[in-house]
Amino acid sequence: MPFPGAKRWLLLGIALAILASYFTPHCNRYYLGVAIDVGIAIILATSLNLINGHTGQFSLGHAGFMAVGGFFSAWISLNVGEAVNAFWYFPLSLIAGGLLAAAVGLFVGVPSLRLRGDYLAIVTLGFGEIIRVIAQNTEAIGAASGLKGIPKLTNLGWTFGFAAITIYAITALVNSTYGRGFIAVHDDEIAAESNGVDTTRTKVTAFITGAFFAGIAGGLYAHHKQFLSPTGFDWLKSVDIVVMVILGGMGRTVGVIAAAILLTLMPEFLREFSQYRMILYALLIILLMLLRPGGLFTINLKRRKKA
Amino acid sequence: MDWLQQIINGLGLGAIYALIALGYTMVYGVLRFINFAHSDVLMLGAFTAFYVSPEIEKLMGSQSVFGCIMVFVVAAAVCACIGMLIERLAYRPLRNRPKLTVLITAIGVSLLIEFTAQNENVLGASPRPFPQLLPEHTIHLGRLVVSSNDILTVVVTVILLIGMWFIVQKTRVGTAMRAVSYNQQAASLMGVPVNRIISFTFGLGSALAAIAGILYAIKAPGIEPLMGVQPGLRAFVAAVLGGIGNLPGAVLGGVILGLLETIAGGIPGLSNYRDAIAFGILIIILLVKPAGLLGRSSVEKV
Amino acid sequence: MLELEKATIKFGGLTAVSELDLNVGEGELVGLIGPNGAGKTTAFNMITGVYRPTSGQIRFAGKDTLGIKPNKLAARGIARTFQNIRLFASLSVLDNIRVAARLHNGEGYFSALWRGKGWKSAEAETEKNALELLEIFDLAEQRDELAVSLPYGDQRRLEIVRALATKPKLLLLDEPAAGMNPSEKVDLMRLIQFVKERYNLSVLLVEHDMKVVMGICERIAVLEYGIKIAEGTPKEIQCHPKVIEAYLGAAAG
Repeated sequence: MPFPGAKRWLLLGIALAILASYFTPHCNRYYLGVAIDVGIAIILATSLNLINGHTGQFSLGHAGFMAVGGFFSAWISLNVGEAVNAFWYFPLSLIAGGLLAAAVGLFVGVPSLRLRGDYLAIVTLGFGEIIRVIAQNTEAIGAASGLKGIPKLTNLGWTFGFAAITIYAITALVNSTYGRGFIAVHDDEIAAESNGVDTTRTKVTAFITGAFFAGIAGGLYAHHKQFLSPTGFDWLKSVDIVVMVILGGMGRTVGVIAAAILLTLMPEFLREFSQYRMILYALLIILLMLLRPGGLFTINLKRRKKA
Repeated sequence: MDWLQQIINGLGLGAIYALIALGYTMVYGVLRFINFAHSDVLMLGAFTAFYVSPEIEKLMGSQSVFGCIMVFVVAAAVCACIGMLIERLAYRPLRNRPKLTVLITAIGVSLLIEFTAQNENVLGASPRPFPQLLPEHTIHLGRLVVSSNDILTVVVTVILLIGMWFIVQKTRVGTAMRAVSYNQQAASLMGVPVNRIISFTFGLGSALAAIAGILYAIKAPGIEPLMGVQPGLRAFVAAVLGGIGNLPGAVLGGVILGLLETIAGGIPGLSNYRDAIAFGILIIILLVKPAGLLGRSSVEKV
Repeated sequence: MLELEKATIKFGGLTAVSELDLNVGEGELVGLIGPNGAGKTTAFNMITGVYRPTSGQIRFAGKDTLGIKPNKLAARGIARTFQNIRLFASLSVLDNIRVAARLHNGEGYFSALWRGKGWKSAEAETEKNALELLEIFDLAEQRDELAVSLPYGDQRRLEIVRALATKPKLLLLDEPAAGMNPSEKVDLMRLIQFVKERYNLSVLLVEHDMKVVMGICERIAVLEYGIKIAEGTPKEIQCHPKVIEAYLGAAAG
């Protein structure tokens, strides 16, 4: 169960990321950008997977957390960053964005988590949109015209380093006795409560954790695109992330990562069909739900005994 | 800000929301799921009217009452078919799956319609002006200004509400609809053709959406593929506000939301937050009284 | 151990349980029977905190339980199984136990992230205890199987074992014999008695099968329409006129 030396994998992942970033000056800038997009998508999908997949809570507002983290860390960069020109300030601003997003996650999670199923989905969608509207009206972060001129601090190393941390954190959490509580809540809340699991606390914890990493993803995104617009964090973005989680097979970390990579790269391959790309995307969602709601990568690894 | 004028304007807007909300709530009442694609049927209704009305004008002469009614009827019929088609292809296969699967599918259908319509070869993304189906008169009552279109909207909404209420409460089909909404299995065991009733409900709801779409298009500056998104969202909030599954509730919710929005639009500083207000109301209602103003809360049996 | 004093619960206009007085002493095995819909599972739900009684008192180990959430009551020592088996469908046999053992594991969120020595030894301890428990009940071999892939009788047994993993003082069993064949029922009866002795538990049993009830219960209470109509030893209950009337000819033994 607990994979031995889990931390070793984490350190390896981070080391690889840092190593990769030394090669980046030799790489095509465009492909580099795509690679960073992939890394950010992995963080978003893995963090949402904890909420939607492992814990079974349907959140349609993940883009809102990303926005909070993105805008906050960008604001820090633009208002404070100039003064502090140290190597460590960037990850700190990312973490600050993550923490604020986590706080918002707490605020959203506590009232919402009394609701089930589609009601929870609608409420989280609503919260996500409210965050967007607030961002659109906050002068300090550019209001409707968005935030421009964010320094380009994101590189391959930071992106995949944080991706490694996210994957490690979620996996480590879930694969522990403590973390089995998340899955218990997903499977049967009543049985979980009767066996000592505080379901509300578990759900809120999942929300906060997911929100934290989404915030970090937002910060990485902000310092990559150098421009943030509130409309980029609308409910469609949340749907994008949800589709990754569903495609990957809710709860299967490996599948979700694969789905994140696939769905981020797909628009690149479909360049010629860019006119039809969104139509195909919508069709994909429908077909996925009709034919393979368990995800594209579901292989039955568990032994099944015949009754 | 002139309160009375705002109220009158709000009623006009609210009537449209009410009409759209009726469709949402009917489908939810029978199927227990939120048809995200409803707002797109609204748009399709408006576009159908857009393409059909020149032809009807040729037949009936421009801006005739009968011609206008024909436009409504044709658009409603077309959208009813579209709605039933969507149900048959995308929702029926998922009848017994978890609600969330269907929800995502509905989102997918909605996006499919929107993206397809936005494609240059289909409808194109740019707004087009909507034809004047009836001459517009502005009526002055003292210092108040009322548009004949608003009056039309309210009248149509009231007629349709009464019609829907009549169908649901007084006809066999309506009784069957109510049976299916209480307990699908039991209804089917009692001989109710569940699939056909559900199709019928979808058809009816879509027809309502089409009519609402035309009324909305008359007021709106132009029609475009995404025109249904905002009103659809507001109407959904209205339906939840009034008690989802509850017909008069939908109308009540629509009117309240229309009034709130118009008044908020008049308050400087608040108008930018219009979207957030609708969502805020939604969240508050779901947290405080999920059954809505007129709905009954159901106790869950463990 | 457990005291219900005039516990009542109403749902809207319906009184599901009315003024129930029930005691389960330390180490006692008490049965709760009654026709379908008599309110037995509702009574369970009141005891475990799923429902809050509209009026009356419930005390466990001397302390009031009103308004306490089910997971806290589980921590205090009340465990239960369910009428319709509620195992964790995504988890293995061992993991189902681990969820229950989580109560006593003590390592939380940050421990799981950091994975220090303390965490590692606590995890090993938890796993060791869980496996021991499974061994006793003959389920250790299937430890990595999906819990819901087990045969029915094993699933029922697993649910009881899971409840035991919470280290309870009171065990509530809701129709554990449902769907079992006679030989399985005999095994179940032995199992319940074994569990009671070994873990020093009080047991409250809801059951329809009279052989099981009369066979192992020291005392039986009978509910009908939410009201207790009789209480006594198995022999007394078997002859009780009200009980016979309530069951109207249902098999009594």
